[in-house]
Amino acid sequence: MTVALFIPCYVDQCYPQVARATLAVLEARGVEVVFPMEQTCCGQPMANAGCQDDARAASERFVRTFSAYDTIVAPSGSCVAHVRHHFDQLPPTDAVRRVRARTVELCEYLLTLPEAPVVEFPYRVGVHVGCHTLRTLHQGTPSELGASGDGPLHTLLRRMPGITLVPLDRADECCGFGGSFAVDEPAVSARMGSDRVADHRRHGAEVMVSADMSCLMHLEGIIRRQGPPLPVMHVAQLLNGERP
Amino acid sequence: MTIRDHAGAAEAFTADAERTAWHDEALWFVRAKRDEVTHAIPEWEALRTIASGIKAHTLSLLDDYLEEFERNAVAHGVTVHWATDADEHNRIILGILRERGATRLVKSKSMLTEECGLNHYLEAQGITVVDSDLGERIVQLGHEAPSHIVMPAIHKRKAEVGALFAQHFGTSPEEDDPNRLADAARGPLRRALFGADAALTGVNFAIAETGGIVVCTNEGNADLGCHLAPVHIACMGIEKLIPRVADLGVFLRLLARSATGQPITAYTSHFVRPRTPGQFHVVIVDNGRSEHLGRPDFREALACIRCGACLNTCPVYRRSGGHSYGATIPGPIGAILSPGIDLAKHASLPFASTLCGSCGDVCPVKIDIPGQLYRWRQLVARGGHLDVPKRRAMGCLGRILGSRRYYEWAGAIGRMMLRLAPAVPWLVRRTAWGRERELPVAPRESFRDWYRRNRDT
Ligand code: SF4
Repeated sequence: MTVALFIPCYVDQCYPQVARATLAVLEARGVEVVFPMEQTCCGQPMANAGCQDDARAASERFVRTFSAYDTIVAPSGSCVAHVRHHFDQLPPTDAVRRVRARTVELCEYLLTLPEAPVVEFPYRVGVHVGCHTLRTLHQGTPSELGASGDGPLHTLLRRMPGITLVPLDRADECCGFGGSFAVDEPAVSARMGSDRVADHRRHGAEVMVSADMSCLMHLEGIIRRQGPPLPVMHVAQLLNGERP
Repeated sequence: MTIRDHAGAAEAFTADAERTAWHDEALWFVRAKRDEVTHAIPEWEALRTIASGIKAHTLSLLDDYLEEFERNAVAHGVTVHWATDADEHNRIILGILRERGATRLVKSKSMLTEECGLNHYLEAQGITVVDSDLGERIVQLGHEAPSHIVMPAIHKRKAEVGALFAQHFGTSPEEDDPNRLADAARGPLRRALFGADAALTGVNFAIAETGGIVVCTNEGNADLGCHLAPVHIACMGIEKLIPRVADLGVFLRLLARSATGQPITAYTSHFVRPRTPGQFHVVIVDNGRSEHLGRPDFREALACIRCGACLNTCPVYRRSGGHSYGATIPGPIGAILSPGIDLAKHASLPFASTLCGSCGDVCPVKIDIPGQLYRWRQLVARGGHLDVPKRRAMGCLGRILGSRRYYEWAGAIGRMMLRLAPAVPWLVRRTAWGRERELPVAPRESFRDWYRRNRDT
């Protein structure tokens, strides 16, 4: 089975270690992975800023690049949500429909595969759930809709021997990244991020883990500015046997 | 107008870190209560779906239901008035008061009269207006607008209320006990209620089938007001209609639970006919609503029952305060209603959100608030209301990300700049990103460079 790997632009450029871990994790489970070099970005940065027309070239490129594949896997719930929910901007050709239906978030995809060899992770982990993963892709139940139903991210983490998932005061409050929101509204954005970090620290998290690197980019920036250190990791890195 | 409007006001609010924390916690507490009581109702999601359906149906036949309502109300001796806009609404009310020589009006909670600027209008005409809802009274005394649609004075701390009451009711300036403060307000309020020539209330639901209206409150002052005064004026937007009495139960179960976590409001009062002797007027206001009804992408926002749940759950609202929205209705619902009133003025509001989606989840009538925020953003940009640097940056970014060659080239330059950034921390701190955050540490090699080197054969 061949899977096309979509690596979001900012992960490609700033977090290649996360992309490599994603590749390794998929390959360790016997998946044949290709990384089509023509890919760039799904278009979300422009579209969320209100500039859907400027996003079009990137979104069309996404469709061209990936329409030949049966499964497109991305280590980012937010980008997957954009492809699935906002590509209605494009004319609904067969290629567009196919790509929208076949783009899958990494954790969700991993759960469709046979269980892989166990990897230990003896740390206290604070889980950060990206809002688009939770409320747009409906992975898990948000706290406002019912007693927190865990999504694929929690399921994968719970399988790791030695891991402790720390309880949080607000299990799924937004971190305040929000794409262009982070720079449009820096004060509120940073305040939201600080509040999330404080919640994780209060409960003794030794590492913050998410399936969305964009949230972590923002949270890591706040942690590094405010100190003391608190590592952040993408779930793919954990599954790949990496340690903080 | 640029999109910095909400951001600027929000920044001023967050500058007081302690107040921000307290405001956030106070509203989170309300959301937590809402979670608890709604999760205890197994059919909660079914109720939301039914409510959403009833509202969609009503809005699709709104003209019919409005006429049915008027026929039934008139048959019971109610005087029905129609107002195209805020101005006409205010003039109608002044006319009713003038006709009776009324000069003292008590008014219970009504966001519509806020929208129409009724208090200022009437006061300029020599009418004394006393808000009878305690929260409304507090903001009225402070010459402020409500910052929340259910808890108008939620932005004020007890000590601030104490200071205000000391000035107006002669309590000790140190007094900050909520019960004693409420007691101090009660005396003058009761006198205003007993001395009023007319009482005005809002409307939570207007029932087409009966021509009656329903007012939901917790303090009971709305009822006191209209049972004491010889004239009752109820003001409602055209969207308050529901078809039948049987539909009401659905909304009553949803409203108070969503708003405050109560099973039902303390008072749910039905008004169907005038008292004898007495007058009962209903003023039905459009003020841009029928225009909004004509926007298929946004009309479902008219289903709003003003419970405030989307405000309480919104992480941005909780940390920026209602006044930062610069609109009568703040929070997520305000951010999708206000652009329809004046797109240029409210251009920043659809961006006052991370699109986290929690507002849509809590909304008892299932308005797709995040979807509407996203769509308003597109209209703000197309209407030319983004600020120019941002507009240009997005055009530029779009061209870069639309081309593999530009992307790879810009990526290399971007990483180089990120690697140089730590050498100029003062410069980093002057950027919107770097003010309170470090920039990511950029690697020498992108993933695709690595892949090309190791894998791409
Ligand atoms: S939009 Fe929905 S959640 Fe917000 S106030 Fe209206 S009914 Fe309540």
